Amino acid sequence: MSDLRDWTIASAADALTKGETSSVELTDAFIEAIEANRSLNAFITETPELARHRAAESDARRASGDAKGPMDGVPIAMKDLFCTEGVRTTAASHILDNFVPTYESTVSGKLRDAGAVMLGKTNLDEFAMGSANITSYFGSVKNPWTPEGANADLVPGGSSGGSVAAVAGGLAIAATGTDTGGSIRQPASFTGLVGMKPTYGRCSRWGTIAFASSLDQAGPLTRTVEDAAIMLQAMAGHDPKDSTSLPIDLPDFRSACTTDVKGLRVGIPDEYTLDSMPAEIQKLWDQGAQWFKGMGAEVKPVTLPHTKYALPAYYIVAPAEASSNLSRYDGVRYGLRVPGDSLDEMYELTRGEGFGEEVQRRVLIGAYVLSAGYYDAYYVKAQKVRTLIAQDFKKAFADVDVILTPTAPSAAFAKGEKMDDPIAMYLNDVFTVPASLAGLPAISVPGGLDANGLPLGLQLITRVCQEETLFRAASALEAAANFTARPGDAS
Amino acid sequence: MTYLIQGETGDWEVVVGLEVHAQAITNSKLFSGAPTTFGAEPNQNVALVDAAMPGMLPVINEIAIEQAVRTGLGLRAVINRTSVFERKNYFYADLPQGYQISQFLHPIVGEGTVTVDLADGTSRDIGVERLHLEQDAGKSMHDQDPTRTMIDLNRAGVVLMEIVSKPDIRTPEEAGAYVKKMRAIIRYLGTCDGNMEEGSMRADVNVSVRPVGETELRTRVEVKNVNSVRFVMQAIEIEAARQVDVWEEGGEVVQETRLFDAHKGETRPMRTKEFAHDYRYFPDPDLLPIRLEEDFIEKIRASLPELPDDKKARFISELGLSAYDAGVLVADRDTAAYFEEAAKGHDAKQVANWLTTNLFGALNKLDLEIGASPISATHLGELVGLIEDDTISSRIAKDVFEEMLATSKSPEAIVEDKGLKQITDTRAIEAIVDQVIADSPDQIADVQGGNEKGIGWFVGQVMKASQGKANPGQVNGLLRKKLLG
Repeated sequence: MSDLRDWTIASAADALTKGETSSVELTDAFIEAIEANRSLNAFITETPELARHRAAESDARRASGDAKGPMDGVPIAMKDLFCTEGVRTTAASHILDNFVPTYESTVSGKLRDAGAVMLGKTNLDEFAMGSANITSYFGSVKNPWTPEGANADLVPGGSSGGSVAAVAGGLAIAATGTDTGGSIRQPASFTGLVGMKPTYGRCSRWGTIAFASSLDQAGPLTRTVEDAAIMLQAMAGHDPKDSTSLPIDLPDFRSACTTDVKGLRVGIPDEYTLDSMPAEIQKLWDQGAQWFKGMGAEVKPVTLPHTKYALPAYYIVAPAEASSNLSRYDGVRYGLRVPGDSLDEMYELTRGEGFGEEVQRRVLIGAYVLSAGYYDAYYVKAQKVRTLIAQDFKKAFADVDVILTPTAPSAAFAKGEKMDDPIAMYLNDVFTVPASLAGLPAISVPGGLDANGLPLGLQLITRVCQEETLFRAASALEAAANFTARPGDAS
Repeated sequence: MTYLIQGETGDWEVVVGLEVHAQAITNSKLFSGAPTTFGAEPNQNVALVDAAMPGMLPVINEIAIEQAVRTGLGLRAVINRTSVFERKNYFYADLPQGYQISQFLHPIVGEGTVTVDLADGTSRDIGVERLHLEQDAGKSMHDQDPTRTMIDLNRAGVVLMEIVSKPDIRTPEEAGAYVKKMRAIIRYLGTCDGNMEEGSMRADVNVSVRPVGETELRTRVEVKNVNSVRFVMQAIEIEAARQVDVWEEGGEVVQETRLFDAHKGETRPMRTKEFAHDYRYFPDPDLLPIRLEEDFIEKIRASLPELPDDKKARFISELGLSAYDAGVLVADRDTAAYFEEAAKGHDAKQVANWLTTNLFGALNKLDLEIGASPISATHLGELVGLIEDDTISSRIAKDVFEEMLATSKSPEAIVEDKGLKQITDTRAIEAIVDQVIADSPDQIADVQGGNEKGIGWFVGQVMKASQGKANPGQVNGLLRKKLLG
């Protein structure tokens, strides 16, 4: 296959099984592509030697009839938020830029055990805080997509920007992401990929550097819905080391990827229409509803009345947890230390130098909303909003099986846009945050292109632990949209 | 017993509440599998989560939950079916996470009661406000290096139970008795070793004063880390007197945290920075609320040992001990266990007597705990048995006791080896009596002349001649018969 972007997990597994290629051959091709496309800045740390080693191991397993399953031998990229044993793990922060864990996160460990070949650690917004991958200490990531007839560099979305750039740019077959308020789904939408955030608790958080513990969920970034199902199968599962991990067995996600949506009830929430939203996005959303109708699904309006409070509540809860989670980066035991004349001065210098502006902003917001006198007004109220939002969904899901929305209120924008105004940047998450607050599984599927030839995603949300429903609906949507465009096709 | 401070303006009452920090007995830490053994090399007992490595998550130790519930039941307290771990946020070098995981709004144990026994024989109930679970911090060592501070994380994450009393305590004595009773209860329960020297139990003392008759509470001061019963009592005396002075001089007591300095006999304020925290408590999102099943609680309740109050009541009603003796014996679990073992099949009162007067005195001199007593409980019981069945006299028993103390041998063996068996054979005693009478014509005249008390001298002579082995009762009887008819 000359175009590495043709590979999917499913097709690679197939080719490997049939002996049409080897993991080493595939891995070498992707390593070459990574080296040729460093301008995307998709990777913080490349691990070609480790990749070749694991690929060779995979080939050896296959040769002796011990191949493990569809992930075995498949080259993937790992978001640099997952701790990887012996491989530098930075969270894209100066404060951890020399940190090498002695342990492997549960998610990356499961993928490793499934035979996946890690090509390297991908760039992200610092501590996963951002929606454009412009807050990384290691520099911003370039979206492989460029607008028709223009030369501006676009952001890939965030925070899993390096992961989507790697997959969309043909530098990996798939990648891991983490999603706190939309960090898998929004970048997937910006790059024409499938991005899946499972139910909170499906993927263990053990060994994943925490941003906001009650929201963080790992998930796959892939070219197809089927790939998302295959990869999630390998990533998810109960982990006693994470108290919030769901103690239930996994269903077979891949077999849920049928396109049969006859009788499926699809809800269109009234509250997701924004005045500022481009007409193309509204059009695509309507088109999505039409596709479902055309496939025999029942499409009806639903109401999620507390939606408008989701974003403010999210930007209280997430920074609150982050401010506490990031307290451990104090220069005492690992990571950056900037010496000072006193302990307090060492803290101030280390954290002042080690954390970027956006991280500092959120730590400050978080400390503020938790402080005496403000706790009830902000944090407690935000938690109440969270409960109301979960109830909204619960009521809606009494009438429908899935909810269809746009993934993001815009297509990928140019680097430099929205950078002066954090609130404008936060609005990127307006459609993705509600499902995060409610802990619901959601997926972004590429739906079409805007007038500039940039991809737009549609989001499907369903009930807790109903990923199978999600994969079924997403497969149908994927088939209807028949999204085949690739970065660079138009220009 | 009232305790009032006489000020210039009148009498002042002291109001005290105690926060006892007790390290729960568990093999591993509150949220990690690292061991809790005392005295390990620095940083040997540290799991990844204890060092707050990136991405590490806490997982609750169920044994810690059990110990907290067991302690709560021992304090006759409400066990809360739902409790929540929260993060108490502050920066310190020996607090790796930058927060302590503790319980704040929803502790695992609610209100309970501790009955304290006072020197005048009365008892008082002191209310317990709550018990909550929390992690201990690590240790900063400032004396290992001339310029740097070293951190030992062995204690980081060790299970602490913080037991908060109501402000029910009115005297230093009550405070001391409360700490002692608390220690006794947790030792009985096996939930904490109560060792204040090693720091596995320590107390913060909240003190305020008010003029007698005033009903409102005045500003309280927290005196930190007072690490013995004696210091708790001293700290209250000193701090209360200081506060009375402040009020009487027209000043105002400020709410603050002070340190007790036993050497200087004073309390002094901690630097403001050390306590002026806004802890920004919020529920720890890494942990689910703890929900306890009724079954779980009842199983623990069923496994509770007999506690000091019940044991004391039983010692009084069933064994006929005095309230005082019973109180002394139950104050420590090991003592009570020793006593019960020794008293098996023997006269409990006599055993209690031997224990509290002879053995306690001897152990005290040797500076030994009851657990290390050279005389085993069984042997002490046997000694009382030998007295009971007239094998030896009480006087000989004292000698046997000394020998037991020195050799740890059984009293029977000692009596056998040294030929100390009491002579109860009337003919043998009579022979000695006759000999003594024959040797003492002057004294006979004295006794027969009306001085009956002179009999005592004869008894002494007979006992001496028999090397103390003659049964004193029999000797007395024979002498009376022979001398007085």
